[in-house]
Amino acid sequence: MATIEFRGINKKFGDETIIPEMNLKIDDGEFVALLGPSGCGKSTTLFMLAGIYLPTDGELLFDGARVNEVEARDRNVGIVFQSYALYPHMTVAKNIAFPLRFKKTPEAEINRRVKEAAELVRVGELLERRPEQLSGGQQQRVALARALVKDPALLLLDEPLSNLDATLRLAMRTEIKALQERLKVTTVLVTHDQIEATTMADRIVCMHAGKIEQIGTPDDLYKRPATRFVAEFVGSPPINTFQGAAADGVVELGGARLAISGGANGPVYVGLRPEHLFFADGGIPAKIVQHEPMGREILYVCDTPLGMVRILEAAATASQSIGSETHFGFDSAHSLVFESASENLIGNARVSAIESGS
Amino acid sequence: MGAVKEEAVVRSNVRKAMKARERANMAIFFGPAFLIVSFFFVVPVIVDIAISFTDLGRELRITEITTKNYDRAFTGDRQLPGVIARTVFYVGATLLIFNTTFGLVLALATTAIPKTSGTFFRAVWLLPRMSPSVVYAILWIWSIHGGDTSLVNQILKNLFGSEKPIDLIQLEPMWVIIFANGFIGASFAMIILTSAIRSIPEHLYHAARCDGAGSLAVTWHITLAHLRWPLTYIFIWQTLSLLTSFEYILLITGGGPFRATTVYAIFIFQRAFGSAGQYAYGAALAFFLIVPGVILALLLWRVSKMGTLLQKPRIEVQ
Ligand SMILES: Nc1ncnc2c1ncn2[C@@H]1O[C@H](COP(=O)(O)OP(=O)(O)OP(=O)(O)O)[C@@H](O)[C@H]1O
Ligand SMILES: [Mg+2]
Repeated sequence: MATIEFRGINKKFGDETIIPEMNLKIDDGEFVALLGPSGCGKSTTLFMLAGIYLPTDGELLFDGARVNEVEARDRNVGIVFQSYALYPHMTVAKNIAFPLRFKKTPEAEINRRVKEAAELVRVGELLERRPEQLSGGQQQRVALARALVKDPALLLLDEPLSNLDATLRLAMRTEIKALQERLKVTTVLVTHDQIEATTMADRIVCMHAGKIEQIGTPDDLYKRPATRFVAEFVGSPPINTFQGAAADGVVELGGARLAISGGANGPVYVGLRPEHLFFADGGIPAKIVQHEPMGREILYVCDTPLGMVRILEAAATASQSIGSETHFGFDSAHSLVFESASENLIGNARVSAIESGS
Repeated sequence: MGAVKEEAVVRSNVRKAMKARERANMAIFFGPAFLIVSFFFVVPVIVDIAISFTDLGRELRITEITTKNYDRAFTGDRQLPGVIARTVFYVGATLLIFNTTFGLVLALATTAIPKTSGTFFRAVWLLPRMSPSVVYAILWIWSIHGGDTSLVNQILKNLFGSEKPIDLIQLEPMWVIIFANGFIGASFAMIILTSAIRSIPEHLYHAARCDGAGSLAVTWHITLAHLRWPLTYIFIWQTLSLLTSFEYILLITGGGPFRATTVYAIFIFQRAFGSAGQYAYGAALAFFLIVPGVILALLLWRVSKMGTLLQKPRIEVQ
């Protein structure tokens, strides 16, 4: 078990800065997800934790002690790679036993712990197979067993679910989460899938172009996204954002005028999630141009004076069809306003419909 | 109804055309190899076996069909045991020291250093393979001959102040031919192993590091484990080519001094085309080289599992 701290970590490959400056603390036994789009530096961050990459600058601390110079093999870190990286010429049992070979573990104990780890991830019957004889999901479990067998202080998972089919992914999500809660091992999960991050992690670190945009619980990221990027990255279907100019409590968004509170002034982005929009008899006019059934809900794309707007409606009460002309309103309490230049959230700013007559 | 019939005809025509193309492709792709193998392997082997049962000599006249060549090989040739012992030593030493171990070291070393310098070193090691064998042999002779102008003697004189020139061909003829062949043989393993090492996925190294393996353990458990098949392949292939190798030996030592470097291939050459001119006896001796050759070649076929050495085609051709 370990606490982790990034203190002003910088990482360059040659002249190219991948991570300008990272500060992050992870508590003992915590499950943290690094969430961000492809190429934002998630794997690089993870590989620095593992000791595969060295930070260019800054300090990396495990339990308060600097580990920059500690080699990968001395860090007691278990890692599951995106490709699983099972040793192709070894059986499952040998693969799982591999980390124990270097710890001078007695033969009998190796056998016992390999069995234990294999049972834990339910690959006990596959011990004599080779990796090529396993399905993707089984390989993933073996990789997990190999990472866990040495009782790591830190468990690192690099997109462990991205090669699995949807059903298996769902099952493994629950399983890994349960396992982590049972073992209480500090865990860092890398993913670009927000649902994976929100369902599994205690805290999410949302990254963008090597920078941390926000650290928070899944709820924080959804309800109070610190930046426009987070608002657009987290939430499905994605949030509607509109550019506008605020002055004297009024914001102009395309052809619509809305009231704005919280002292917002100047150019802003207004964010409204599809699930917080609803069709109404009055409000902003909208013409339905597209509808996508999504199971329990239907997503409508509407042409409005604000531009194209996504609106989510429960399938059971579906009221619209393509081409119909209607109006929509929104839930003011859930509206988000970002400053245009910095793209930061203006904490207490809200938009609402202008009361008629005022 | 008519349409259905027509469609069936069209389809069967298409199938016929595909079959024909398949056959044509096969002929185009395998034809040349097939011809070459027949003309340069099957036919010579048959001719060799046929001659070995005759008394063909310098007069190019066959007077009897006989097994006396084989009788002689098994009982009557007093040189043969020595020749076989020398061959085993020569093949074994060249193979183990240079063609596998040294080739492996070269591959490991040149893939561990930065790419451009690695490529440079590999290119240097390829030079002897690319130069004509006569040039290569002359370079060797020029380097080690007994006069005081040879490279070795110049170095001994100028660097170590030794006044007496040495003649390595007289002193250590066997090691001279082992080195001469080994320097070339090593580059074969180097090329194959380099590309094999390159094809090892990097994350396996990362995984092994995180699992606690040090440099040695990583080399052993990841790199060498990965090179098992290529190494076996190289081992068999090089055994074959060393058994039949004779041009450098002939050019550098001529099988001498006295019989010190007369290995099997040289021995056949001497018996068949030397002063004795016993073509038929040479053919019988050559036959004993063909047998292990074919066995090893078949073994190679099995071992290499071809697929593990060749890339699958990116496009499926029918
Ligand atoms: N060894 C390397 N040398 C040079 N550049 C690298 C190296 N590894 C990664 N990069 C660069 O660093 C950036 C971040 O890469 P990284 O692999 O961390 O992204 P990621 O967030 O894990 O993306 P993905 O979700 O696609 O895996 C990329 O722009 C990549 O091109
Ligand atoms: Mg990655």
